[in-house]
Amino acid sequence: MSLLFSYLFDAANWSGPTGIPARIGEHLFYSLLALALGAVIAIPLGALIGHTQKGGFLVVGIANGMRALPELGLLTLLVLLMGIDLLPVTIALAVLAVPPLLAGTYSGVRNVDRGAVDAARGMGMREWQILTKVELPNALPLLLGGLRAAALQVIATAAVAAYVSFGGLGRLLIDGLKSLDYSQMAAGAILVALLALAVEGLLALVQRAVVSPGLRGGGKRSPTAEITRSTTPEQIPEPAGATP
Amino acid sequence: MVWDWIPRNTDLIVRLLGVHTLLALIPVVIGLVIAVPLGWLASRNPGLRSVLIPAASVLYTIPSLAVFIVLPAVLGTQILDPLNVVVALTIYTVALLVRSVSDALAAVPALVVAAATAMGYKPGRRFVSVELPLAVPVLVAGLRVAAVSNISLVSVGALIGVGGLGQLFTEGYQRDFPTEILTGIVLIVALALVVDGLLVLAGRFATPWTRMGVGV
Amino acid sequence: MTLRRSLSLVAAGAAVVLGLTACGGGGNPVAGGSSQAPAAGDTIRIGSADFTESQLLAQIYGQALQAKGVQVEITPPIGSREVYYPALTDGSIDMVPEYTGTLLQYIKKDATETEPDAVYTALQAAVPAPLTVLDKAAAEDKDAVVVTQAYAQQNNLKTIADLAPLGGSITFGGPSEFQTRPDGIPGLEKTYGLTFQAYTALDAGGPVTVKALADGQVQAADLFTTDPAIEANDFVVLEDPQSNFAAQNVVPLINSAKASDQVKQILNAVQAKLTTEGLLQLNTTANAPDKPNLDQVAKDWLAANGL
Repeated sequence: MSLLFSYLFDAANWSGPTGIPARIGEHLFYSLLALALGAVIAIPLGALIGHTQKGGFLVVGIANGMRALPELGLLTLLVLLMGIDLLPVTIALAVLAVPPLLAGTYSGVRNVDRGAVDAARGMGMREWQILTKVELPNALPLLLGGLRAAALQVIATAAVAAYVSFGGLGRLLIDGLKSLDYSQMAAGAILVALLALAVEGLLALVQRAVVSPGLRGGGKRSPTAEITRSTTPEQIPEPAGATP
Repeated sequence: MVWDWIPRNTDLIVRLLGVHTLLALIPVVIGLVIAVPLGWLASRNPGLRSVLIPAASVLYTIPSLAVFIVLPAVLGTQILDPLNVVVALTIYTVALLVRSVSDALAAVPALVVAAATAMGYKPGRRFVSVELPLAVPVLVAGLRVAAVSNISLVSVGALIGVGGLGQLFTEGYQRDFPTEILTGIVLIVALALVVDGLLVLAGRFATPWTRMGVGV
Repeated sequence: MTLRRSLSLVAAGAAVVLGLTACGGGGNPVAGGSSQAPAAGDTIRIGSADFTESQLLAQIYGQALQAKGVQVEITPPIGSREVYYPALTDGSIDMVPEYTGTLLQYIKKDATETEPDAVYTALQAAVPAPLTVLDKAAAEDKDAVVVTQAYAQQNNLKTIADLAPLGGSITFGGPSEFQTRPDGIPGLEKTYGLTFQAYTALDAGGPVTVKALADGQVQAADLFTTDPAIEANDFVVLEDPQSNFAAQNVVPLINSAKASDQVKQILNAVQAKLTTEGLLQLNTTANAPDKPNLDQVAKDWLAANGL
């Protein structure tokens, strides 16, 4: 058993450009880029569909369809077509981030109290202002829930980028696999899981801090809640905190 | 794209499709069988639930590639053994479904359960004839997610030499052959859609009361 | 009862689906040739590494045996030697096409032989029972340190030693396992005092490495000498005067339990016909844009050589 952890316990592996901290940095970098790209696509789209209440089935359809896309296939195809570059890797990982972000934003906006929206309309706010000043702030719990799910997915899967010669914690998995070095592979597995949990926990804290106290009540949900809820087909995730 | 590659290799493609389907769906069945009793326990016991559900979510964070790779060391299987993929995917399925089952059973109206008990249903029969059928819609939703997820994950097994459509990805990448990779992607998505559709149908069959007009 | 009826329908449907997929696979579809159980009876299970040439050789050996009535099963490509060698030792596969030099260094890390015959003799002695090697072919496919024409001219590079002063600005590309193999990065360091600024894990001498080298993502790379891409891209193979890379003749590594006299005779006949030029030709055909099926390429080669 101690052999399994020998890679982690070897101090030499914790320094230098190929050391574990460097790999963690790379891993977070790819994940961040992918989440940013996914957010830029999914949040406006989800907000628009949620606000206009048209095309809801599109959201479900897209989210489902994208969940079926195999990551390894997408990654290898894009890299063959675009070269070993950061862009194809970012796109392939962003595809993972879009469904939870889309579903979270959409249901968040859609489930905003209609009374509040009507009041805003009655006050003379324009649609755009309603969206940004009323709906999105109220949608924050679900939106952040979607972000947490997306972050979890992306960080867990970013390991595959190592197959197409990128860095990140997946490097430990792939290189360990190629040389059949079990302790290196175990180190990769453990570190990715820990990293994913750490980021998820951090985002939970952010969610707690950012969401207006009037809306709070969620944030105690476990990550799988967001995964199963926000990716359950046809089921719009309840506002966080609906059922304990 | 070299489209004539496809008719040239139908044997290979069909064989890989078959292996892939088995590797993806067997864990769903086994996972369901394990998750139902676990979820049932969790639905009745909040203490157990507060342990099982977070544990399940932790399991789910471990990337599939990592689990495929580390299982041989844990199980004592060979690295090329398809069993690694089946076990890993079963674990994921259970992690996903335990919560579904637990929520589904908890959502069965207490009144209905009480009525059934009052009618003389013994607990076992009551579970199978009353609680489980009412839990089916939520269960099917969870199964759909698990099935689609597994179908996508089996392809990662190609990195440890386990067959399935993922082989089209590794070979396509290795030979600089996008056509092969694209074929694999299309087939996996198609398979996922078909299985998803079948599960929806199965769910509808199993819950005839949802199809009838809501009368008085 | 509706639930019972619908459940049995679903079960029946599932059985049909499973049955169909089982038919598509034939026998035990999940086994796919890389399961734990050894090949039945005297079926020879042939594995290969994860690059095209290895797969081609596996096909050639396999089809040559099949043509003479031997039962053969060719598995999907497995991976690097570090992965398929254990599969050989525990009986999951029976045979694999190998290369004398690197195989010797894998078994005996401190091996120093570099000449073809010396390497072969040492290999025969080093291979542990029940494995054995058959005749070596004249065909050789060696690892090589390769640079682009432009880079070679710019820096006046002819041999690997010429890279020494540039090491600090070179990112080297090659398969992941090259970083730990005795004739890989450690060997280059020991033999030529080379250290590189960084290493990028690509593939085993395949199109990914070729592209990375051509695009300048890496300045030097590990490619195989029978790779048609070297000439096609006008790459320069740096000379290896200190013989960091030992001779690497093609040789079948086989479990002697499966190596009957008939099998040995068939395979050695193939070995006699394998030439380096022939390997180059095979790779060129296989890498053509229309990606012919590897078993067809192998078949054509066997036919052309009267086997």
